[in-house]
Amino acid sequence: MATTTPDAQITARERSLRVRLIPYVDRFGILFVVLAMILIGALTQPEVFLTWRNLSNLPGQNAANAVLAIGMFVVILTAGIDLSVGSVLALAMMTTAVLAREGFPPLLLIPLPILIGMAAGLFNGLGLTKLRLPHPFIVTLGTLNIARGLGNLVSGGVPVSGLPEVVRFWGAGNIPIGSIQIPVSLIIVAVLYLGFFVFLQYTRTGRHIYAIGGNPQAARVSGINVDRTLVLAYVLCGAMAGLAGLLVAGRTNSGFPNAGIGAELDAISAVIIGGASFFGGRGSVLGVLAGVLVIGLLRNILNLNDVQVFWQQVLIGVVIILAVFLDVIRRRVGSTNE
Amino acid sequence: MTQAENPQGTEQAPLIEARGICKYFGAVTALEDVYLKLYRGEVLGVVGDNGAGKSTLMKILAGLYPPSAGQLLVEGQPVHFSSPRDARDRGIEMVYQDLALAGNMRIDENIFLGREWLRRFGPFKLVNNAESLRRAKEHLDKLRIEVKSVKQRVEELSGGQRQAVAIARATAFDARVIIMDEPTAALAVKEVRKVLDLIKDLKHHGIGVILISHRLDDIFYVCDRVMALFHGRNFAEAPLAETSRNEVIGWIMGNKSPAAQAAKIFDLN
Repeated sequence: MATTTPDAQITARERSLRVRLIPYVDRFGILFVVLAMILIGALTQPEVFLTWRNLSNLPGQNAANAVLAIGMFVVILTAGIDLSVGSVLALAMMTTAVLAREGFPPLLLIPLPILIGMAAGLFNGLGLTKLRLPHPFIVTLGTLNIARGLGNLVSGGVPVSGLPEVVRFWGAGNIPIGSIQIPVSLIIVAVLYLGFFVFLQYTRTGRHIYAIGGNPQAARVSGINVDRTLVLAYVLCGAMAGLAGLLVAGRTNSGFPNAGIGAELDAISAVIIGGASFFGGRGSVLGVLAGVLVIGLLRNILNLNDVQVFWQQVLIGVVIILAVFLDVIRRRVGSTNE
Repeated sequence: MTQAENPQGTEQAPLIEARGICKYFGAVTALEDVYLKLYRGEVLGVVGDNGAGKSTLMKILAGLYPPSAGQLLVEGQPVHFSSPRDARDRGIEMVYQDLALAGNMRIDENIFLGREWLRRFGPFKLVNNAESLRRAKEHLDKLRIEVKSVKQRVEELSGGQRQAVAIARATAFDARVIIMDEPTAALAVKEVRKVLDLIKDLKHHGIGVILISHRLDDIFYVCDRVMALFHGRNFAEAPLAETSRNEVIGWIMGNKSPAAQAAKIFDLN
């Protein structure tokens, strides 16, 4: 027992190496997946994939999901879920489009969808904390239907097209920096993600959101106002849904009541692929960004390779399951080596 | 020790006192007219069977539940706690049975949860991680609690280390009273001693400790005085030196006379 065989030494060394790598894989693993996808894209479509024409499309195509996902992430961190974001997106979008048609002052059309989203989030948060509905699944499922119905009522169920320049600028505009045109949606996403990173990592409320997801009881007895923090999380998520509505409206130069159907599932997928725990308290803003990119790049690469849209859906499903499965394995390896 | 052994003699007000506390949950009576006093540097053991009302009484002292009737006093002043924060502001801290730690967060973040160290950053106040880590390390050193690093997540710690972190959190800011609900229940044998010695340290710093435990070994190792609750009422109380294990076992089962007690134990065997 006292002497160790060379074999045992090697495996011990390998094991310790693996243990030391885990925190890095933990933090950056999903970024390697993103890099691999870029490589695959570049290899399969060398003439198209890395061109500015292709890449500059990505922010526009994925901005709405990126914005929804960061809001969803905050809610998932509290061990919650918000199923209503797709419908709230449509409600915000339709209200904006209809009011624009009625001659509402264009500048007020920018905060409006965000305020509508916040109101929906407030409703979700209060339903959860004050009505004490047992799980956010329930109240946000209710809101999913309410907001979708209202979105149709606002417009009489028909699309509205032609929006003011201000709205189009937010969704589809470009700002020239030097010789290149930077999409406004890219700037919005960059500023938001930076803001949410600072908020979640470096403010008391942000840390309390993680603590609530880790152990709500611990948060409560530490004097944290859990209910107020939860309401804030849902209001933020709602605000993001409203902003996403504005971006989609601007991008499509219209409002259509079926917008955002299933968008909540894409947002949840991005958050989960990005390594956040569905049970709260775990995950990073960088991970969410990677999750959004994985979904966006997957669609882009498959489109460029003329893969049928139905197969794209199959593959995204496979990626979700794979991502979580890898997470499970990683945790198992991590815990046996403690 | 001298303070604790002769607390009634010195006419100083108790750190915390409960007078005639009642607590009803709907039709269920959890506590009926309960009295409790705790002095500086004293460790008070609270015993009782499951459902005797120990945990409920402690949660009232810690501000988690409001009492249905009765009065709490802190150093002779009547107080009213509407949340654990109010109790903490008065220097009353509780270490919960289920520890109430956030496993996903660092040790220092748990110690300072709800009372984070902040730093001004223009118009904002941001969390000061460097200060938090430094203070946590300092505080754990003071309590002679050893961990690999205060950056570890609490879920990576052993049961005893978690208990130590929970105690460190309770003592991080000038606590005067620390209430511990079964702090050794989930621990390995060698870790129990460490936690009990930690309690003795707290006592020597003049902190009052209320210890709920099923383990009479714990009670007889650290306590100065022991009180028993039975069916939600005060049942018996004595300085540790004036009682015995058998008598305390009797109290837990609702027996006061030594003869009845012996009979009961005999029956059980």
